[in-house]
Amino acid sequence: MTTTIIFTIVCLSLLGLGLALILYFTAQKFKVEEDPRIDDVEAILPGANCGGCGFAGCRAFAEGCVKAESLDNMYCPVGGNDVMKNVAGYLGRTIAEKAPQVAVVKCNGNCDSRPKTSNYDGYQSCAVMSTLYSGDTGCRYGCLGQGDCELSCKFDALKMDPRTGLPEIDADKCTACGACIKACPKILIEFRNKGPKGKRIFVSCMNKDKGGIARKSCSVACIGCTKCQKVCAYDAITISSNLAYIDYNKCKLCRKCVVECPTNAIWEVNFPVRVPKKEVLTAEEQ
Amino acid sequence: MKKLIVSPAPHLHGEKTTRNLMRDVIIALSPSLLVSVYYFGFSAVKLALVGAVTAVLVEFVIQRYIIKGKITINDYSAALTGLLLALNLPPNSPWWIVFIGSVVAIGIAKMTFGGIGQNLFNPALVGRVFLLVSFPAIMTDWTIPASWFREGIDANTGATALSIVKEGLAKGIPMDQIFSENNFSYTQMLFSKIGGSVGEVSAFALILGFVYLLIRKVIKPHIPVAIIATVMVFSGIFWLIDPGHYTDPLFNVLTGGILIGSVFMATDYVTSPMSTRGMVFYGVGIGIITMLIRNFGAYPEGISFAILIMNACVPLINTYFKPKRFGREVNNG
Amino acid sequence: MSRTFSIGGIHPSDNKISVNAAIENFPLMEMAYISLSQHLGAPAEPVVAKGDKVKTGQLIAKANGFISANVHSSVSGTVASIEPLPDLAGNPVQHIVIKVEGDDWLENINRSSEIEREIKMSGPEILAKIAECGVVGLGGAAFPTHIKLSPPPGKKAEYLIINGAECEPYLTSDYRLMLEQPEEILIGAKIMMKALNVNKCFLGIEDNKPKAIKKMKGLCSKSYPQIKVVSLLKKYPQGGEKQLIDAIVKRQVPSMGLPIDTGVVVQNVGTALAVYEAVQKNKPLFEGIVTVTGKCMTEQRNFRMRVGTTFESMIFAVGGFPKDAEKLISGGPMMGKAVSRIDASSVKSTSALLLLTEKETKRGEEGNCIRCAKCVEACPMGLEPFLLNRLSRAGKTEELEANFVQDCIECGSCIYTCPANIPLLDTIRLSKAQVLKMLRTRPKK
Repeated sequence: MTTTIIFTIVCLSLLGLGLALILYFTAQKFKVEEDPRIDDVEAILPGANCGGCGFAGCRAFAEGCVKAESLDNMYCPVGGNDVMKNVAGYLGRTIAEKAPQVAVVKCNGNCDSRPKTSNYDGYQSCAVMSTLYSGDTGCRYGCLGQGDCELSCKFDALKMDPRTGLPEIDADKCTACGACIKACPKILIEFRNKGPKGKRIFVSCMNKDKGGIARKSCSVACIGCTKCQKVCAYDAITISSNLAYIDYNKCKLCRKCVVECPTNAIWEVNFPVRVPKKEVLTAEEQ
Repeated sequence: MKKLIVSPAPHLHGEKTTRNLMRDVIIALSPSLLVSVYYFGFSAVKLALVGAVTAVLVEFVIQRYIIKGKITINDYSAALTGLLLALNLPPNSPWWIVFIGSVVAIGIAKMTFGGIGQNLFNPALVGRVFLLVSFPAIMTDWTIPASWFREGIDANTGATALSIVKEGLAKGIPMDQIFSENNFSYTQMLFSKIGGSVGEVSAFALILGFVYLLIRKVIKPHIPVAIIATVMVFSGIFWLIDPGHYTDPLFNVLTGGILIGSVFMATDYVTSPMSTRGMVFYGVGIGIITMLIRNFGAYPEGISFAILIMNACVPLINTYFKPKRFGREVNNG
Repeated sequence: MSRTFSIGGIHPSDNKISVNAAIENFPLMEMAYISLSQHLGAPAEPVVAKGDKVKTGQLIAKANGFISANVHSSVSGTVASIEPLPDLAGNPVQHIVIKVEGDDWLENINRSSEIEREIKMSGPEILAKIAECGVVGLGGAAFPTHIKLSPPPGKKAEYLIINGAECEPYLTSDYRLMLEQPEEILIGAKIMMKALNVNKCFLGIEDNKPKAIKKMKGLCSKSYPQIKVVSLLKKYPQGGEKQLIDAIVKRQVPSMGLPIDTGVVVQNVGTALAVYEAVQKNKPLFEGIVTVTGKCMTEQRNFRMRVGTTFESMIFAVGGFPKDAEKLISGGPMMGKAVSRIDASSVKSTSALLLLTEKETKRGEEGNCIRCAKCVEACPMGLEPFLLNRLSRAGKTEELEANFVQDCIECGSCIYTCPANIPLLDTIRLSKAQVLKMLRTRPKK
């Protein structure tokens, strides 16, 4: 009995030793020389592997940072300026600070303001729906509401709101990785500067139809009336193909355009509630 | 203006649904069930009911209270699993045997993998094999219970033909003598062999079910035909070499679980291959393994194990046996 | 003995409820909305301006580029506007809107019903005439016919196949044409044979149309010996180009290839008639046969209809919008397009307007895949729709390519047959586009 046990232990130990040696020599033989700094940079990065930097993942980005001559075009949206400063410090390089950005949805036509004109009955996917037809409302630029952006968000920052049928972005969780921008077939999501204390103003509409047509399909559409452009003292608003656009670098957040807009298509976020109430309160204001 | 429905083509749908496919299989099982009720009476009814009801309940409880997801007991698939399990048990089994089997079949073999369509192994067979290895005495006790329609055979220990042959050969009794002593006849096997599981009683009733499934286009004939053909060829070769030690092909097909296994178990959608070529390969594999177990293994019957072993190969089969592609394999020259 | 294709296929009930409705002329509309994108390829370039007077059959827009087709006015009247209007999918497309004033045809169109049997033109002249008259394939894709009839250099056509299968349920426009104008179709086929320089032609008809087969067989044996009528099994998608070639000449179009790679050109019976009218009667393609049908309608009709008729007016011509109709389909129920706006108008290749109720068309709730392999069995291209669907949802473009997603002909057999109501084709169609995009950006070897 004891001999059997001893024999077993000896046999298995020898076997293990032999295999360990084989493993060791193979590992030595096939070792790939890599810059050890890549590992260190990777350790600094958040490790979300979201691809928001434009690389295949955090390791690829770390490799890119180490190999690149300057870090100007390198930016990790998840880690933000802090992480980039650390990376730059480790590599002994300098980097310019970038304003933190956040995704905004440029459609605010909900179930009431933009009534449905047909019932979609297919695979729940904006991509499928947009190849089939212009959409289930009168506006062919608007949100299709099937939630491709929600599926694409790895940070749980984007949720479809069942009341409005539109996506809602949680600015605290949003890392501006850009996955939702790629996922939206109607190109309704845009990065904008987060703004001081999260204050920002933007046109929440992408309708390029003429005013009358746009208004007919959606009561909160931008009709290209140019009122906001006229009231803007900083020349931040441009209008092309019946659609206003606010340049976030020029906008001084004076909120004059918000009051002026006849269709409530311009949104203000994170401002104190003003005394003369507007009829349509946005979800974020509430 | 009226709100129209807009959807991608096609705009029509066939009448087949998961629910009515499963219902068709249950209908196909009913001749066998009726025959077994005739022979085994209340015992068969009890096993079938306990099996089906437990299976449905277990699925409901898991979906409702553990997963908290969609409840799919309405698709009849759980009921079918329970019924199949009951039909694969000895007629004299106690009710708690089928209860445990059903819990294992649905709880472990089906729901842990993610419910219908996700399981790797046939749930009913997992249940049966679990019982076979856990309760070997009960699972090989072929005593025939009392029936409403048949009297005077209560005391019979209706051992299966396969086990009689296996034991006889082990004792060194010649094949002719085993056959004549036990009055084996093919007509008896076709219509009313008594020894065996609840569902195996009548080969004819099973064939009836098979024909129904084919007519309703629920299954394709490839798997059962491949299994039966392989069993016949394999056993035929051994029988021709040494008829004193090996049983003939027809005996092999008509006894034991070949028919119920190949028609109802091996053809289970979830655990069988997708392409026709894969189905044939799968069937041949089951046939060979079954015969290896029957001729050389310790168990008299091996189709349950054979199907489970081949179930494990199905993902591989699906990878290597692709359907015939249009325009890729034909030379137009 | 009927022939059929070798892989897959399904058997939807054919529901040809409008078979006995003879073709009648659709009443002239008040406004014609003529799309400039009625064909595959670049939109046509308008050659008229607002306020111009046009006659029926007059050229109003010229082909723009190699794959494109001329567009002719289907009515006579004044051009009211040239503007983007929504098509049936709601996307804006340039339209020429014409206010109808009477029905004044161009003088050089031969309007007599006498059959012109003698083919006077030479091959190249025929091709030029077909291009001039704006003839496109009427089987669905609306590919310009003159291009299809000129095989690329190095390829030679051996056979012409005329597609009279009409395998889609409900549709009867081709069937009525074969019954009412059989000889015109056969002359059209002969013209195309001359243009292609082939001397063998097959006319494939599904065997649920015995009257058409009998009529065509009789005519062919009497005066068109080069054309052979082939009876085909009733099975969907028998009328698919690749399936038809497989069924009739037993050749399979190679993956990513064209029918001409097997030496075959396929044309629809409607196209054959359009070719006949263009070459023998000098009549451009501006009207076609449209079946207006549906079980929910009180009557089902076959119309000869001018291009640019709105779907709305079609419905009102057959007694108005039925209460329970929930879906409008332009074309057949298997491959037709759902109409999202009834103010959109018909195009050259519109073959039917089908009205379905919610019960007939609503998709069931999606369940788990039970791996029944019914989709594999049904796929006429030998693909594995269940696998493609799974890969598509996981976004595995490379693996989709390796499983030949680009071979899919989008016939819809997989969704039709799926017992778990999985939207297989929706995801596959999307992946096909993604794979195509990937293939285009990939550097050539």
